[in-house]
Amino acid sequence: MSTRIFGSGIRRREDPRLITGSATYTDDLTLPRMAHAAMLRSPHAHARITSIDTSRAAAAPGVVAAYTHADTEGAVAPAPCAWHLPDSDLKMADYHCLAKDVVRYVGDIVAVVVAESRYAAEDALELVDVGYEPLPAVIDPEAAAAEGAPQLHDEIAGNQAFHWQVAGGDVDAAFAEAEVVVSDRIIQQRLIPNAMEPRAALASYTRATGELTVWNTTQNPHIVRFLTSLVLGLSEDKIRVIAPEVGGGFGSKIAAYPADFVTMFCSRKLGRPVKWTETRTENYQATTHGRDHVQQVELAAKKDGTVLGLRCTVHAGMGAYLSTAAPGIPTILHGLMLSGVYTMPAVREDVYGIYTNGTPVEAYRGAGRPEATFMLERMMDVLAARLDMDPADVRRKNLIPRFEDGHDVVTSLTYDSGDYPAALDKVLSHADYAGLRARQKAGPANGAYLGLGLATYVEICGLGPSQVAGAIGFQGGLWESAIVRFHPSGKVHVFIGASPHGQGEETTFAQIVGSELGVDPQDVKVFHGDTDNTPMGWGTYGSRTTAVGGAALALTARKIRDKAKVIAAHLLEAAVEDMEYEDGKFFVKGAPDQHKTIGDIALMANVAWNMPKGVEAGLEASTFYDPPNFTFPFGAHLAVVEVDAETGAVTLKRYVALDDCGPQINPVIVEGQVHGGVVQGVGQALWEEAVYDEGGQLVTGSMLDYALPRADLLPDIEVLSTVTPSPHHPLGVKGIGEAGTIASTAAVYNAVLDALRPLGVSSVRMPLTPERVWQAIRDAKKSAP
Amino acid sequence: MTVPVSITVNGQRYDREVEPRLLLVHFLREVIGSTGTKVGCDTSQCGACTVLLDGISLKSCTALAVQADGAEVTTIEGLAAGEALHPLQDAFWEKHGLQCGFCTPGMIMASHELLRVTPDPSDAQIRHGLEGNLCRCTGYQNIVRAVRQAAGTTAGQR
Ligand code: FES
Ligand code: FES
Repeated sequence: MSTRIFGSGIRRREDPRLITGSATYTDDLTLPRMAHAAMLRSPHAHARITSIDTSRAAAAPGVVAAYTHADTEGAVAPAPCAWHLPDSDLKMADYHCLAKDVVRYVGDIVAVVVAESRYAAEDALELVDVGYEPLPAVIDPEAAAAEGAPQLHDEIAGNQAFHWQVAGGDVDAAFAEAEVVVSDRIIQQRLIPNAMEPRAALASYTRATGELTVWNTTQNPHIVRFLTSLVLGLSEDKIRVIAPEVGGGFGSKIAAYPADFVTMFCSRKLGRPVKWTETRTENYQATTHGRDHVQQVELAAKKDGTVLGLRCTVHAGMGAYLSTAAPGIPTILHGLMLSGVYTMPAVREDVYGIYTNGTPVEAYRGAGRPEATFMLERMMDVLAARLDMDPADVRRKNLIPRFEDGHDVVTSLTYDSGDYPAALDKVLSHADYAGLRARQKAGPANGAYLGLGLATYVEICGLGPSQVAGAIGFQGGLWESAIVRFHPSGKVHVFIGASPHGQGEETTFAQIVGSELGVDPQDVKVFHGDTDNTPMGWGTYGSRTTAVGGAALALTARKIRDKAKVIAAHLLEAAVEDMEYEDGKFFVKGAPDQHKTIGDIALMANVAWNMPKGVEAGLEASTFYDPPNFTFPFGAHLAVVEVDAETGAVTLKRYVALDDCGPQINPVIVEGQVHGGVVQGVGQALWEEAVYDEGGQLVTGSMLDYALPRADLLPDIEVLSTVTPSPHHPLGVKGIGEAGTIASTAAVYNAVLDALRPLGVSSVRMPLTPERVWQAIRDAKKSAP
Repeated sequence: MTVPVSITVNGQRYDREVEPRLLLVHFLREVIGSTGTKVGCDTSQCGACTVLLDGISLKSCTALAVQADGAEVTTIEGLAAGEALHPLQDAFWEKHGLQCGFCTPGMIMASHELLRVTPDPSDAQIRHGLEGNLCRCTGYQNIVRAVRQAAGTTAGQR
């Protein structure tokens, strides 16, 4: 049975409620006496507030109250940043939940109106009178770091939030001995995560008890609870945070947001439930963005393609304030991955985190690793072009050979296991790479240039252990927890600290319990996302839920098995040492017919009529699992594109994704994660960009202007895998949530540039819209000798 | 000022007084508490709010409740026949056509329309037919598979 459950693509347990419209997301909730909040947001990217008057709004029909910063003074602390990057001269500006004196991005909250209906609250926003004195704004991180740039925070010179460096090996020597040095300037454009469910908070404060319950669209309710206790000065035991159904996050639901704290404040002040749900416009303006790097990068190599070292400087736009986890994203999660899958003797990177008048930037699917993978994978292709080698050959020359139990790399990490050459070879042969190259050599057909793009990657998942968390300044732990409870009938409840929001762990975690204990996954119900009835956990991000929480759960199931064995031995009047376990049955060695099932044991443990001496009643266990190391999933992706030289239009013809996330608990779910991840990365390469104008207005302020991937623009993705277990995870699993996004932007970009190479184009700024590609072709033609 | 409307939703008639500016989607979600239909945007781009109005699909954030006066609305909650899932629902489940589920009600209703107009669509027709519905989780591939499977059964007939 166990083999059938683990690795089986069973239907998801969470789906019946989702496909019938019976699931409850935050905005679906209504409580008695509930009022509605609407946020008045700054229309200016940077301005001084000269006056503010809410009296007309407060008097409007249906309005209950209107508040500004002055009303929250002493009652609401600034929204905290919880990643205190060490050795980086980190300067954290106060992120006031309601702006104090100055607004610093379009979307900064200036006032809140609470009314009997959402329509009434939104109507009254227009009646709040605010005087602004506009100040100069700056959006580009490099420009913001330059002399004479507008300054965002009085006490922070040069807009510099931090300067962080990672260095390993002798990078200067590497460049001194290099036979070739290639370089590029890469813009990792700002992206808008676009979880389909807008963010929302429903806060309900009970004056009589001093208790606050908050339903919140969050990826990490326990972190929100902890930060709420700090921001609102409430005692943590009186706060309950519930993440009900959450409609996607992609990193944008990690942060603990000002609007959420303001909503909680309103409920507390008014003694009634208050709900706030953002509009999509607000989501674009004020829910965190991703990426926003300007990277200057150089790669040193020998003439035969052997890589010697990488050197780079990154200006990372942080937006106007540091969001909850922001400082760790362009640094720890980026810089430590710079050597990727290659034997790289030396690296050095300087990262400057820069305040700008944009929306705060946070983790966005992949969070730091796509920006690292892109940089490295792009440079491998640039190097290949310079040396007139095939990109696959340059990669092969430098790939770390297969290893099963630990490989130290120059950035000080120890990768767990990997077989990068096998991944690359499998992709190349599946796609008939040689055949595609031959077709390409034959020249363009009807003006359509064929391009092939590779990305071989390794990423870092399963964030933990906690000791490392402390060392890197993360203000929390990074372990995970699980409780498994058997009921008398043999049915199981599982409680986990992680908080999935679409990834399907109600199913895969049931499969873990099912395969460890021989129960039907349909009999295992997984509870998550409620701080009052789940154990402490650190949340779902960084592809860590299965990599860390899944380990906690597997170990818990094994504790149950150990106890059950003792009970079974007692019931079968045998010695524990003589007991065997297989597929949910406990029996004496050599006598499998005489057995007790886990169901028999669950009944006995719960009624406890006949227990072995000294064994407690009940069949329940828990584990707090702190992993010994990260996990390192990897893979190889190939994109095949056609570029129309006349129009600049790019068509993605084929996409082959090979990802190795270790053993797959549910391959159908793994494939779904790959599909979604790849498409998000393709979106960055080809369509998506958050564009601000000179004055700091968000030009791509709605779904009309921000180009999201649509069904008709994409081919089917060909999904492959290899299986290299992690040596330190009890199930060997590594994580798959972000892999697709990490590889696909680079693969598609490389493919387009490969197609454009005969036309003399060597760099185009993302996204690769027809206009930009066409312009690049034109410019190359003009400058051709 | 309010006006009376009479709207039948999933077979049940609702007589209510509403503001003339009230959007149909808010009538569904807030006035009668039928929250299966979602709101994902404010520019009619995402399709999360898709319902059937007298059998034809409509983004319910683009219509006023008063425009649905006298009409029959079918939402995701009204698609299954009691316990028995509609073939589209079953196919989305079977083919893993959803992850977070937020786009799913609208996606299923839009697929319903697609199969009504094109009972046996090609993959390209499915992709084209769903271009007005956004999903950030699935990359659409399994949604296409689901619609294709449903097309092979009895979808669009009901
Ligand atoms: S909510 Fe109607 S289209 Fe987005
Ligand atoms: S399943 Fe999450 S948006 Fe489609």
